[in-house]
Amino acid sequence: MYDLSALYQAQTVAQAVELRLAHPEARIIAGGTDVLVQMREGKLAGAALISIQGIDALRGVSLEEDGTLRIGSLTTFTKLSAHPLIRQYIPVLGEAVDQVGGPQIRNAGTIGGNTCNGVTSADSASTLFAWDALVELTGKNGVRRVPIQDFYIRSGVVDLRGEEGEIQTAILIPRESYAHTFGFYIKYAMRNAMDIATLGTSVNVRLSPDKKTFERVRIAFGVAGPVPLRAWQAEGSIRGREVSPEAVEECSQTVLQDIAPRDSWRASKAFRQHIAVECTRRCLVESVKRAGGDL
Amino acid sequence: MAQYQLLHCRINGRNVEQMVDVRASLTDVLRNDFRLTSVKKGCEVGECGACAVLIDGECYNSCLYLAVWAEGKEILTLEGLTGPNGELSDIQQAFIDEAAIQCGFCTPGLIMTATEILAQHRLYSDDELRKLLSGHLCRCTGYENILRAVKKTMLQRLGLPDQTTAEG
Ligand SMILES: Cc1cc2nc3c(=O)[nH]c(=O)nc-3n(C[C@H](O)[C@H](O)[C@H](O)COP(=O)(O)OP(=O)(O)OC[C@H]3O[C@@H](n4cnc5c(N)ncnc54)[C@H](O)[C@@H]3O)c2cc1C
Ligand code: FES
Ligand code: FES
Repeated sequence: MYDLSALYQAQTVAQAVELRLAHPEARIIAGGTDVLVQMREGKLAGAALISIQGIDALRGVSLEEDGTLRIGSLTTFTKLSAHPLIRQYIPVLGEAVDQVGGPQIRNAGTIGGNTCNGVTSADSASTLFAWDALVELTGKNGVRRVPIQDFYIRSGVVDLRGEEGEIQTAILIPRESYAHTFGFYIKYAMRNAMDIATLGTSVNVRLSPDKKTFERVRIAFGVAGPVPLRAWQAEGSIRGREVSPEAVEECSQTVLQDIAPRDSWRASKAFRQHIAVECTRRCLVESVKRAGGDL
Repeated sequence: MAQYQLLHCRINGRNVEQMVDVRASLTDVLRNDFRLTSVKKGCEVGECGACAVLIDGECYNSCLYLAVWAEGKEILTLEGLTGPNGELSDIQQAFIDEAAIQCGFCTPGLIMTATEILAQHRLYSDDELRKLLSGHLCRCTGYENILRAVKKTMLQRLGLPDQTTAEG
């Protein structure tokens, strides 16, 4: 038995919003792989839950008219990495979430839960930062879309407005973000399965048509700060440069100006800095390769 | 204040109806109400896979699953794999033949994941199989024999020769 005080179940987004407004103290539960663990550990003991498992409209991936890739918040990691649209337009996201926990966790865990928990190590988060994802929130006053960078407020806290009864309904990747863009993700952890990232690095590049110049490079990290973050200085340092080992090397070193990792029992700050440089280098090389460039 | 709900689902091919406490995990209901004790309580926080069952063909840790979520779903536990007279299925027999069982605590969960893998009717490499089995902890066998049992059954079902044993 879980130590929960009440369970409310929504079948539609409108019902979920109503339940949120009627029970402001209650916690949303999607796949439950974070919430139920926290309940067992006592952190959420005695909480009331609003289950959104039944809202099937929030499952799946689709392409909107303007080419925006729409990922329903209840889409599980397994479904996400297998989805043809993800494989075609942003395979790195499927590859990233294919490294979450183990197979059973990936069958249950959702991308909505992975972002609403506000956790810096979340395996989808750095890639969503690196691809300028938008978060769609639905509340009593309708729908709003916020850039994922603004959605994260601080460790464990995201911009979900309880007073408006909001829930996250989708993650959106605009066409401009994924077109002609190729990326790579490295989860650095102590073991391959069932471990949380020591550092997550997600990089993507868009090369010029002749593949000689970096037109756009985006770099994001998880666990390099209290929330996932972008390496703006490193990105600026390589934009417009010729595709060359020197450019890659300089850019990788520049990430040290962007990140603020800390010492934790998992790894020291110095070690995280070291692997941030190395992972950036490897991600850049792999992304260039995927984009058809030569290094 | 206790809150109950009437749950309708299929368990091991049988339609069932059961009044459940909304606080119950699927593990609780399968073990306590249906006496399906192959479903083990190991860690109860999603780390070990001892509680794994198939829900609509996908493997879940039933300890991280509210029983009421099973409404309308098809649940399969290890008990559902045996034949009408208790005959073991090929994957169960392979676990025995390959000595993939010692204390047996992890075995039902692993066999359910193996069932999900084998249902894909695909040929996986050893590395792929290791990854697909990685959501389970076994404190006894060292995993090699488990891998061998799953691989052997996969090859058998695909009608392919088993190189690992054919030579010896
Ligand atoms: C054994 C184990 C291993 C794990 N390994 C990893 C790993 O390697 N990498 C990783 O990133 N994570 C890992 N996790 C954590 C977890 O699986 C993920 O964070 C998962 O994405 C959570 O999704 P969920 O649907 O289960 O979330 P839930 O537990 O249902 O919810 C998580 C949080 O998000 C909120 N929420 C969920 N959906 C919505 C929504 N649509 N709108 C508003 N709020 C919402 C909930 O209120 C809660 O605060 C692991 C968990 C376990 C148990
Ligand atoms: S008991 Fe469910 S995963 Fe360990
Ligand atoms: S056989 Fe003992 S835990 Fe696997």
